Amino acid sequence: MKDLLAVVMLAGIYGLLSASFFVTMDAVDVAFTEASVGAGISTLLMLVTITMTGRSEHPTRHKPVLALAVVVITGGLLIYGTLDMPHFGYAEAPVHTHVAPHYINDSMQEIGIPNIVTSVLASYRGFDTFGEVVVIFTAGMGILALLSMVRRREDSASSDSLNDSMHEQYLVLRIVTKILIPFILLFALYVQFHGDYGPGGGFQAGVIFAAAIILYAMLFGMSTARRVINQSYIRFFAAIGVLLYGCVGVVSLLNGKNFLDYSALSADPVAGQHLGILLIELGVGFTVASVMVIIFFNFEGRREKLQSQENKNNENNNKGNKKT
Amino acid sequence: MLLGLYNYWIVVVLMMIGFYIVIAHGNLIKKIVGLTIFQTSVFIFYISMAKVEGGTAPIIAEGIKLFSNPLPHVLILTAIVVGIATTAVGLALVVRIKEAYGSIEEEEIQKKDNLDC
Repeated sequence: MKDLLAVVMLAGIYGLLSASFFVTMDAVDVAFTEASVGAGISTLLMLVTITMTGRSEHPTRHKPVLALAVVVITGGLLIYGTLDMPHFGYAEAPVHTHVAPHYINDSMQEIGIPNIVTSVLASYRGFDTFGEVVVIFTAGMGILALLSMVRRREDSASSDSLNDSMHEQYLVLRIVTKILIPFILLFALYVQFHGDYGPGGGFQAGVIFAAAIILYAMLFGMSTARRVINQSYIRFFAAIGVLLYGCVGVVSLLNGKNFLDYSALSADPVAGQHLGILLIELGVGFTVASVMVIIFFNFEGRREKLQSQENKNNENNNKGNKKT
Repeated sequence: MLLGLYNYWIVVVLMMIGFYIVIAHGNLIKKIVGLTIFQTSVFIFYISMAKVEGGTAPIIAEGIKLFSNPLPHVLILTAIVVGIATTAVGLALVVRIKEAYGSIEEEEIQKKDNLDC
């Protein structure tokens, strides 16, 4: 396919399909994340990128026969490797016999929340999740380093008028979105705080929260969105999330338990676990939401800058043509 | 007998589709889409291993005895969000390459690099 727009849309549909795939395989938390990330945010970022890079592809391929041969051989070897694997859905498979029975049987007594995925994510493997949050934070910083720029006054003025005239047109969309956004934000908060009892948690809530802000920015123009959401606050919040997570760990250290052992946070161990999970999920939510917003705003900012540069070049060319 | 392994075969096929896109296409956006497909195939691999026949989602409720394995779910849940963060960094690099070279086709970029030498 030479049209990249079609490629990106198909990738989005693929994301949604794999999300429904995860639901049928009992992984509701994962499906939730994949639906908001794979079908939502990643499609959006790719769309923003192809507006900057152009949507058609030059049909140059590097030796497809050789590539196909490599792929077929690798695939054949991998399939040969699966012949010894346990069958699909087999309950006695090695993956189900080590730590998983402990999580399933004892997490209710030890952690006291019904969603086993959340208790493993936030408590048993809390250190692991801390690492993931730091990775997301670092990715946000990487995007800032790659795409951010100091905006000049004149640039923003010219792109403002462009945007505002463009966004005046979609009146129905604007009104419908205005009604929808509070509910999306409320839903994000519900997902955030109900993660202990049902599918949900900081990662999903963060992405949904960011989606609401991005929706607003898309329909009301970047200049309005920048006025509503201060960029330096967002960066501050991204760091606060990681710090909050780390601080919970340090507090439990100071109380004489291991790093991220929440039973130290309260006299009653189960209450301590509840408090700890609530706090670190909040930290995860903060960081994920702000990093997603940072990523989107920087991509959009870059695009606006490129557009205004092009406009200026065109104007200069026109002037030059008129003189000659 | 072998039919019980079909989930792994689907994963391998998806993985190889992603791999083929990464090595056979010169367009950088397509390469990133290929990487996303590759990534999702790994997610499906983990999640399909966690499935237990007759089990339900791992949320404790009354009257349910058999759950799917929660551990792979946790690993993949975080992997998805980390995946989107790294994809975004990749796309940002594509944008910068477009600005520097004026193209996102691998061969044109290499031609320009060779001219500079």
